[in-house]
Amino acid sequence: MKDTVNKLRAIANDATLSPAQKAHYLSLEAENMLAYPVLDAETQEALDQRVICDMYEGHAPYKPRYVLPDYSIVLKNGSEYLELPVPETLDEAINTLMIVYHHVPSVTGMPVFIGHLDDLLLPFCDGVSDEDLYTKIKLFWRYLDRTLPDAFMHANIGPTDNRVARTILRVDAELKQIAPNLTFLYDAQISGDEILAIASNNIVECSKPHIANHPVHAAAFDERGYGIVSCYNVLPIAGGASTLPRVNLKEIALRSSDEKNFFADVLPRYLELAFRLAQVRVDYLFDESNFFHSFLVEEGWIERDRFTVMFGVFAMAEAVNELQDKEGREGRYGFDEEANALGHRISKVLAEVVEKRTLNNVWRGHAMLHSQAGLSDDVETTPGVRIPYGTEPDPVTHVQALAPHHEYYPSGISEILTVDESIKNNPEAMLQLCKGALDCGFREFTVNVASNDLVRVTGYMIRLSDIKKFNEQQGSRTNTTVLGAEAADVTGILDRKPRVVGNELYPGYSQ
Amino acid sequence: MNSTQATVSSILTYSIVDGPGNRFVIFLQGCNFDCACCHNPDTIGEYNPMARQYSVAEILELLREHLPFLSGVTVSGGEPTKQLKFVIELFGAIKVDKELADLSCFIDSNGYLGESGWESVLPVTDGVMLDIKSFDDSAHRELTTKGNLKSLQSARILQAAGKLYELRFLLVPDKTDSDAELDGLIEFVGTLGLDTRIKLNAFQHHGVRAEALEWEKMSEEGVDRAAERLRAAGIENVITPVLYL
Repeated sequence: MKDTVNKLRAIANDATLSPAQKAHYLSLEAENMLAYPVLDAETQEALDQRVICDMYEGHAPYKPRYVLPDYSIVLKNGSEYLELPVPETLDEAINTLMIVYHHVPSVTGMPVFIGHLDDLLLPFCDGVSDEDLYTKIKLFWRYLDRTLPDAFMHANIGPTDNRVARTILRVDAELKQIAPNLTFLYDAQISGDEILAIASNNIVECSKPHIANHPVHAAAFDERGYGIVSCYNVLPIAGGASTLPRVNLKEIALRSSDEKNFFADVLPRYLELAFRLAQVRVDYLFDESNFFHSFLVEEGWIERDRFTVMFGVFAMAEAVNELQDKEGREGRYGFDEEANALGHRISKVLAEVVEKRTLNNVWRGHAMLHSQAGLSDDVETTPGVRIPYGTEPDPVTHVQALAPHHEYYPSGISEILTVDESIKNNPEAMLQLCKGALDCGFREFTVNVASNDLVRVTGYMIRLSDIKKFNEQQGSRTNTTVLGAEAADVTGILDRKPRVVGNELYPGYSQ
Repeated sequence: MNSTQATVSSILTYSIVDGPGNRFVIFLQGCNFDCACCHNPDTIGEYNPMARQYSVAEILELLREHLPFLSGVTVSGGEPTKQLKFVIELFGAIKVDKELADLSCFIDSNGYLGESGWESVLPVTDGVMLDIKSFDDSAHRELTTKGNLKSLQSARILQAAGKLYELRFLLVPDKTDSDAELDGLIEFVGTLGLDTRIKLNAFQHHGVRAEALEWEKMSEEGVDRAAERLRAAGIENVITPVLYL
């Protein structure tokens, strides 16, 4: 208890956090003073040893991890609860969205999904001049970054080529803000090369947007569609994900005597424990937290039966290398065909197990496999199925080594390719790399351009100059800089050539 | 005819600095110049233990394997036109291959090739990146062991054929960055057309042999000054390096 009080005091008096950031961390600490939902002994032990992990989502799951409202409902009907009339003009539509974002919960306390903005706003754009549209989007963008300063907040555009999407790309490249994160949904049959070229140029400019493989994603969901949220999480619209348990494949490999033992006994055992952990947390959310007694459900923004469980895995590289050692094979993950094939086999087995294991109160009755991109305090483990930091081969070899994994991860998988800044003289190369990656089955194309100040840390953006300032004790306006700064200290992000680090979420306060 | 072989020093399936887009680059072994400032000196001689033979058919297979990622193919070196027969057959085979025909075919050359040589390869070539090492014949000799007449003539031939993608000029402090050199470049570009794409490269130490390590590296400021001089003279399209190692 004394430790807890000391920690609360440290948060309250921290010189680098804003009052809002302090309130957030204090609330996390308070939640974690409650008893954890009851786990069986075996699951508890695996959790304590961090072979399986709850992403430090908190002891009392009173909100889903990710919520993806169907914003078209509120733009069509207004909101009785929020006393909002039906918007009729572009200004009213944007204003409505600006208001409703503050009522969308998530694990970070900020919305992780702000909608398919072009689909939402296009119906209000008739008669709006290009210049007016540009000004309104620019103000909207500035508002988002300044009032919801969290790079997990994610906007989607595409797959059509339209004036709202183009204006957003123009504004995003101009402002180079951390928030919102941005994904362009690309479909070769619909989008056309022109807007893909604009998006590619934006990546050269500011490492945003991500390019999502729309036909591949769409096939994994139903007619209500999907959204890309937070960092590369692909989830059902009007729903989301209740929770994200993850398993540390490296720890599982370490506990296996050989490859056979890994597949036959140890892996299935820990996967089952992670399913139990997920079910306990889902049960609390659905049966005890009263989350679904909400206007979000009553007004139809979200539906109770559209929440999945993301089943995360990470440290594939270390697991494969560990098993290679145990089998006396020298090939390393990412570089050796045999090692890569072992990784692909693990992904296939994971997908089969996740598909088969039924869960209650989960969309479609089972979880969705996810290549999890890490936490800021992960040490000596590589995010998801990625190739270890600093050793990545050139982008083409990189894509070819990892592409076979992608079909198995419907709720999201991402690799961050690093391209040196020479590409600024040759943006056509970015376009070609993107087409190549998607053609090989990549679900998501994401690039860091080595010299940009705006740099991706796993799925979210940070500014290197912000980290520098933060470390000089000046504090940061944006929450994710805190993450990036911790990641920089723990994992040496800034020492790495690709400037990419394995943390998706910051679990709580640490000094 | 796809059995024609070349001596290949190395191959890249990813390059963003050897022409437009992402390019498959074949570094052919052997050069007719012997530049102290060469950043890839292992490719100069006829013999390199790392080099191996590739047939046209083998290269076509590799291209198919990486096709979705490729904007085109660039032959570089060494001096690729030293193995001209192979280049002609490779490019020719690409042009008539249903699957590969969209790949653009580029040559990165020092220009030491006569008119008939160019006439034989240009019909299957989409663009050439041509290096001029110096506009002063004796300085060119000192830098490369050969005079510059042939290279200058090549630039004119390529320009006339509409195949000069880029004229490259390596800035070496106290050797090729003088006002006289830059004015030579400006005057020459004037005869080709002020819209010619000019790429200024900066001499760096990476890869060069011992002799050239004593030369000063070219600074970003120096390159910017040179670029300004070119732009002030009306040259519209001057590209400078993004990276200085």
